[in-house]
Amino acid sequence: MDAFATDFHRGPAAEETSAPTQAPARGKTRRSAAAAGRTRVKVAMLGFVAIYGAIAGKLVYLGLKGPEHSNTLGAAIVQSSPRPDLLDRNGEVLATDIKTSSLFAEPRRILDVDEAIEALSSVLPDMREPSVRHKLKSGAGFVWLKREITPEQRFRIHRLGIPGIGFLDENKRFYPGGGMASHVVGHVNVDNQGIAGIEKYIDDEMNLNELHKLGIVADRGLKARKLSLDLRVQHVVRDEIAAAKERFHAVAAVGIVLDVHTGEVIAMSSLPDYDPNNPAEALEKDRMNRATAGVFEMGSVFKTFNSAMALDSGRVSLNDSFDARGGLAFGGQRISDFHGKNRILSVPEIFIYSSNIGSARMALKVGPQGQYDFFTKIGFHSKIKTELPEVALPLWPKRLSEVSSATQSFGHGISVSPMHTAAATIPLMNGGKMIPPTFFVRSRAEADALAVQVVKPETSEKMKYLFKLNGQIGSGTRADVAGYRVGGKTGTAEKIENGRYASNKRFNSYLAAFPIDDPQYVVLAVLDEPKAEKEIGAATAGLNAAPTVAAIVKRIAPMLNVPPRFDLAPATLASN
Amino acid sequence: MVARTDRSSFAEWWWTIDRSLLAAFVALMVTGLVMSFAASPPVAERIGADQFHFVKRHAAFFLPALLVLFVGSFFTPRLVRRMALVTLIGGIALLAATLFFGQEIKGARRWLTIAGITVQPSEFVKPAFVIVVAWLFAERQRRPEIPGILFAVLLLIAMIGLLVAQPDFGQTMLTVIAWGSIFFVAGVPIFWVMVLGAAGVGGIYAAYTMLPHVTARINKFLAKFNGMEGAKANSTAFQADKALDSFASGGWLGRGPGEGTVKWILPDSHTDFIAAVMGEEFGILACLILASVIAYVVLRGLRHALATDDPFIRFSVTGLVTLFGVQSAINLAVNLHLVPSKGMTLPFISYGGSSLIAVALGMSWLLALTRRRAQTTRIARSIHDEQPLEALA
Repeated sequence: MDAFATDFHRGPAAEETSAPTQAPARGKTRRSAAAAGRTRVKVAMLGFVAIYGAIAGKLVYLGLKGPEHSNTLGAAIVQSSPRPDLLDRNGEVLATDIKTSSLFAEPRRILDVDEAIEALSSVLPDMREPSVRHKLKSGAGFVWLKREITPEQRFRIHRLGIPGIGFLDENKRFYPGGGMASHVVGHVNVDNQGIAGIEKYIDDEMNLNELHKLGIVADRGLKARKLSLDLRVQHVVRDEIAAAKERFHAVAAVGIVLDVHTGEVIAMSSLPDYDPNNPAEALEKDRMNRATAGVFEMGSVFKTFNSAMALDSGRVSLNDSFDARGGLAFGGQRISDFHGKNRILSVPEIFIYSSNIGSARMALKVGPQGQYDFFTKIGFHSKIKTELPEVALPLWPKRLSEVSSATQSFGHGISVSPMHTAAATIPLMNGGKMIPPTFFVRSRAEADALAVQVVKPETSEKMKYLFKLNGQIGSGTRADVAGYRVGGKTGTAEKIENGRYASNKRFNSYLAAFPIDDPQYVVLAVLDEPKAEKEIGAATAGLNAAPTVAAIVKRIAPMLNVPPRFDLAPATLASN
Repeated sequence: MVARTDRSSFAEWWWTIDRSLLAAFVALMVTGLVMSFAASPPVAERIGADQFHFVKRHAAFFLPALLVLFVGSFFTPRLVRRMALVTLIGGIALLAATLFFGQEIKGARRWLTIAGITVQPSEFVKPAFVIVVAWLFAERQRRPEIPGILFAVLLLIAMIGLLVAQPDFGQTMLTVIAWGSIFFVAGVPIFWVMVLGAAGVGGIYAAYTMLPHVTARINKFLAKFNGMEGAKANSTAFQADKALDSFASGGWLGRGPGEGTVKWILPDSHTDFIAAVMGEEFGILACLILASVIAYVVLRGLRHALATDDPFIRFSVTGLVTLFGVQSAINLAVNLHLVPSKGMTLPFISYGGSSLIAVALGMSWLLALTRRRAQTTRIARSIHDEQPLEALA
């Protein structure tokens, strides 16, 4: 070994000098190298023994552990996970489990195939088919004979007492309303585990999936969950936005109704939706939940929040006026008005004429930081805190600047979900209390415990006035319903296409509250890319989103016990 | 059956060959054919071919492989060396050709289509490389004036370069390990062995840090140990988990031929995960027997290496046995989730025409080199030892 080592280190020069003595040295080297080689071969043998020993050890371990983890029957039982029913606020069923039994056979345990078939066919005549005989003679471990048999059939087969024949309980989720509230309720996968919407929420909340894996979820322990939705209102909202979507050839539509005192979502629909009984539909293009999981530049409805911000800051009062002439230039960009009045406008006029210039000037008076803080307060810089898992984070400019502050004042350069918009309106209508929206029933007291005062009560009063004014003499007149006093703000935003604003693609909305003298509900209707009707002319929100809100309120106000009143004085423009 | 006095070449072969090794190889080949019935129909179905597509192809390669195994075992060590040199030169040329003309399958260029037959040159290069490296080391010990180690190192670097370019890290690893085993038994000082070992560890670490898929595989393997259960660990270690399910579902005696269920969802059930299919259908006992046969081949081969006095035979036998033993061990260990997953076929068992023929070729050389010879006793010098270097060229 040592001799070999020297040999190994010897360079070519050394080799030449040692040439005469090479032959004996070589012999010595070979012998010692051979001895070292033998030892090393033994080491290699030991190494292989260890490696194959480990392999054999693992095989024996797997053999001793047994097949408990791969029991196919076990997997089938896991599938049958029961779930709590979902009800609307009045106890109507939104989602329920249907219990079914499925008949299986373990052919290896069947003693007499002919006898078994004879007995089975006394209950299920189609068991006489040759395919059944073939299955039972196959000698397989497990075969399904018939899925989803009736309880009576199950009882009768059970009474026959055929060895090797058994039942598995299976639960199948069923949504009686189909797509009625699909984006709220969500859906389950084949194992009856919630994978979307409130179905997913209750799984996560109750840790149902873990319990199912352990196999300890019993039907009895599951209490039905009551959602805040009112199925009747939900039906009206979906019906009306579907009608509007069709009438104005919109690509999508959203309708939301919130209770301003509790934050409960009374109705929420996003079209196109899908049938949760056929969950694969949910993956189709365009069927996403736009109400909470989509963010959009909402456009002029943001003047609601801009006005509230300005009024609440104390730097702007309802009697202030702003110059809305010409345009407002920022470097190369220019802000101009859609319905240009080209004069000095008061704050209420800016609101009802939807002046971009006036709104921008109001925002500048508060300053970018003030606007940023206000938007944070009303939730535009975070995901909505609610139960639904499908919530999107808004998009807003990461750098404060006057120009972005000016565009955000009229709802451009910031994208929020329709639900953000509706939820932020709650404090403006209820005296200033921000309440996170919920999809479960919530009492007034619970809501008050959660509420955060975000604007002064006076600001809320002023905002009601602005909504009322716009609903009676502004762009929202078509949303008004006799006796139900609907006030609100229109928004006609241009959509961004290929990085530019496209003047022919609009995102229209009407953000409303009723009855506006004492608001109970916020209603938001959104139409994505509505087209103009020939006889009316333009595709503005006042002409399509506003009448959609009117149609909704007309039908839901009586259901929600809002009494009509005809004795109230109409709103007047303060500066007139 | 053959008289001891018979002096025909067959009789001589019969009495000098290691018959137990030969029997083990034939048994493994037959097992491979049987297993292709079990493991390949799901794969054939997945690619939309006839159910017995791979079985037929496997059977078509079975007889040629058997022929290669027998014919090769008749060779003398000198013939083996020449065959290996020719195979190596041709193989390296083909390996280089794959980089330019190879079909790209799953992101790697490993296959070459010659006259309608698809071959994987790296499979043939491996055993030839081992023989040539063994010869270089042996020659170096016999005549120190020849820079055998330098040649062996250069050859190794060339091989690594060609295999990494494909890329084929499994074959690279095997080549390096086989080379290392020869280096090790050549009696090189322990210091250099440690340097090489460190280089190997360094190479694996470099692969771990620089190649995203290696990082992912090792991480997911380690995740299992850190008790990281749940969706993440499960989804990434899917194959390994399914393989374990497969063994568990088979139990000691298996579910019976054709009764396997896991194979239907196990990708590569006919190649990399054939042991798992065997586990489910024929049972853990059958797998234990299989592992024992492989281990027997390895230990028996190494015993020949121990007994011989001829350095060339010791080195080449060690190299061939290491190639076979390490490849089998990695395949089985991956199936049993003892090591991170690495696609590697099980010699003689897995589906793959090139692999079957090439393994038969390598093992035929093992048989040829381990034949009992008068000259491998301690006193006599072996005949080929006296051959001058030029005789090989």
